[in-house]
Amino acid sequence: MRGLIGEDLLTEEGEFIINMGPQHPSTHGVLHLKIWLDGETVKRIQPNLGYIHRSIEKMSESLSYRNFIFATSRMDYLAAHVNNEACALTVEKGLQLEVPQRAKVIRTILSELTRLQSHQLWWGCTGLDLGGVTPFFYAFREREAIMEIFEETCGARLTQNYMVPGGIMYDVHPNFQKRVKDVMIQIKGKFEEYDNIMTGNVILENRLKGVGYLSKEDALSYGVTGPTARASGLSCDLRKSNPYSAYDQVQFDEILDTGGDCYARYMVRMREMRQSVSIIEQLIDNIPEGDFQAKTKNVIKLPKGEFYQRVETPRGELGVFIVSDGAASPYRIKYRSPGFSNLSALPIMAKGGKIGDLVAIMATIDLVIPDIDR
Amino acid sequence: MRIFLSYSFSALATFIHSFLAGLISNGMFLLVTEMVITGVSLIVFLVLLCFFLGYMERRVAAFMEIRLGPNRVGPQGTLQIVADTVKLLFKEGLTPDSSDKFLFNLAPFIMVVASMLVVAPIAFAKDFQLYDINIGVLYVSAVSSISVIGILMAGWSSNNKYSLLGAMRSGAQIVSYELSVGLSLISIVILSGSLSLGDIVKSQENGWWIIKGHIPIIISFVIFVIASTAEINRAPFDLAEADQELTGGFHTEYAGMKFAMFLLSEYINLFVVSAIAATLFLGGWMPFHIGGLVSFNHIMDYIPSSLWFFGKTFLVIFIIMWFRWTFPRLRVDQLLTLEWKYLLPISMVNVIFVTVMAIMGWHL
Repeated sequence: MRGLIGEDLLTEEGEFIINMGPQHPSTHGVLHLKIWLDGETVKRIQPNLGYIHRSIEKMSESLSYRNFIFATSRMDYLAAHVNNEACALTVEKGLQLEVPQRAKVIRTILSELTRLQSHQLWWGCTGLDLGGVTPFFYAFREREAIMEIFEETCGARLTQNYMVPGGIMYDVHPNFQKRVKDVMIQIKGKFEEYDNIMTGNVILENRLKGVGYLSKEDALSYGVTGPTARASGLSCDLRKSNPYSAYDQVQFDEILDTGGDCYARYMVRMREMRQSVSIIEQLIDNIPEGDFQAKTKNVIKLPKGEFYQRVETPRGELGVFIVSDGAASPYRIKYRSPGFSNLSALPIMAKGGKIGDLVAIMATIDLVIPDIDR
Repeated sequence: MRIFLSYSFSALATFIHSFLAGLISNGMFLLVTEMVITGVSLIVFLVLLCFFLGYMERRVAAFMEIRLGPNRVGPQGTLQIVADTVKLLFKEGLTPDSSDKFLFNLAPFIMVVASMLVVAPIAFAKDFQLYDINIGVLYVSAVSSISVIGILMAGWSSNNKYSLLGAMRSGAQIVSYELSVGLSLISIVILSGSLSLGDIVKSQENGWWIIKGHIPIIISFVIFVIASTAEINRAPFDLAEADQELTGGFHTEYAGMKFAMFLLSEYINLFVVSAIAATLFLGGWMPFHIGGLVSFNHIMDYIPSSLWFFGKTFLVIFIIMWFRWTFPRLRVDQLLTLEWKYLLPISMVNVIFVTVMAIMGWHL
């Protein structure tokens, strides 16, 4: 009976330590959580990062201003369009470049499509994490239609690299408008199905309501952003407060909830999907004619200085900070990724809950690990 | 030919018995031979049944999940499960170095044996029962709880923290839900006045208990299905496995054929609880009869009794699969709350109603 689980595996305080990850089904990647348990109750959590660190920020220092954008598709791989857009916007800010209206509108449509597919994947994964496999397939049915639009538009489904400094790389496919409209009609019809299979379920409500409470003050002090913060009542939608691209031309609501628990976060994302559909529908018929890309020099050189631009990704606020010394590649780049700050609030949310609660909380803060580690 | 017309298997059994008696003169040896034949055919039957259940589960899951399911290997994918079994057979049955090797290797067998034992008193068709024990219901509830030992053994001997957590969850879960299962069984025993499964089926000749027993029996049927889903560790009560939380729970460390044994016992358990539900509540192999409609009852009698039994069993199996593919999983404390605060009190009150009903004779 050597080494069998016994007293020696408990700490002096009688805690049971479990290492969740880096290979674990519900950490969605290579996140490592060290959990101190008392029975099934979580007493303390320590996230350990760095398993998928690829030093994208350091790499970018030796890449040109056109090329460093491509690495950002690999950060939050579910929102590559938005990451690319953030970088392109920062470079344009440095160049003081006016982007053509057509490019702005297409960027906004693609960003909202990105938000839709990201939230759909999140919805499916939340179902999966809570033990119901079926929602995953329903979510992927509609997500696939959006991915096909991406594929047709820029040839890639995941790492699109479509936004470049000055606009977009190519003009959209002639089918783009019709296809987006068709998909929007399809998705609008399916929201009710989503609600039927998950939202109205008693077990789901029991699993999410009152679980993983995050107060507005904690959300603010931990730098939590995105739907996670808005579910705690913190107004932080950059599309509303600091509009970029074509967000100042559309009408939409900033979704706020005051619950602060997993259910509030769930409902915020469910309602955001409907807002994204509304934004896309407002823009899709009004794509102006004209250039899709402003004229830029072959070798982009940013003036000496510091430039910062932030955008609203599906997970929260992505900030791009570029320090330039006037050369053809950035002197220093820093990304403020939403996942990192949101993860930092996980220990206070999960404390006192069960292991099942921890999984539900991780599902509803929607972590993408390469975004945290970069 | 008479065997098939009467849909009775007793003639077949008598034929086999007399055939063997002609070959073997020693009475003791004859008995052992017959037991071996019965045991082997039962195991083969159950394994084939599990193949079918595995295929059915995949198809039902695919149907719920708007996809096709297995459709490449063999006609309509029917041989997919055979291919998977062959794969599992050839995989290395790894035993972790720091595990308790004897208990680790013993646990899967205990699981399978415990679930196979329960099949003994079940009446598959008219006059087709391995052994009609006079305390059948008691036997079923006693033997089915052996599986918790297998799960605890597997979880503890693996020397893995996730396995241990899964085993502990499962221990709490099975022990709790057995109470509700037992009380639901008791309500039928009260009405039929017998613990023997054969007698219980016969008591439903003029109407199944779920129809004769009015609302109290419908309640205990619902409780039985919920509680036995929990007892056999299937979603939404699959906390012992909980792959999203515990990466596989008590069978995290198992691979190859030893893992397949757990799968086998899960499917046998699924069949067994559905068969018990069909026997106790839905009339077992009894055809559907309406009192007074003689010609209708006659037509119903022409459907073989085994078809009735398997039809009802697979209806319950489908319902339990339906649960699995549409519900999220409960949390461990909610699971125990459901049992101790809702199901158990309701079943207790329900048993009183059933008793009153039996005394007053309202069920006839």
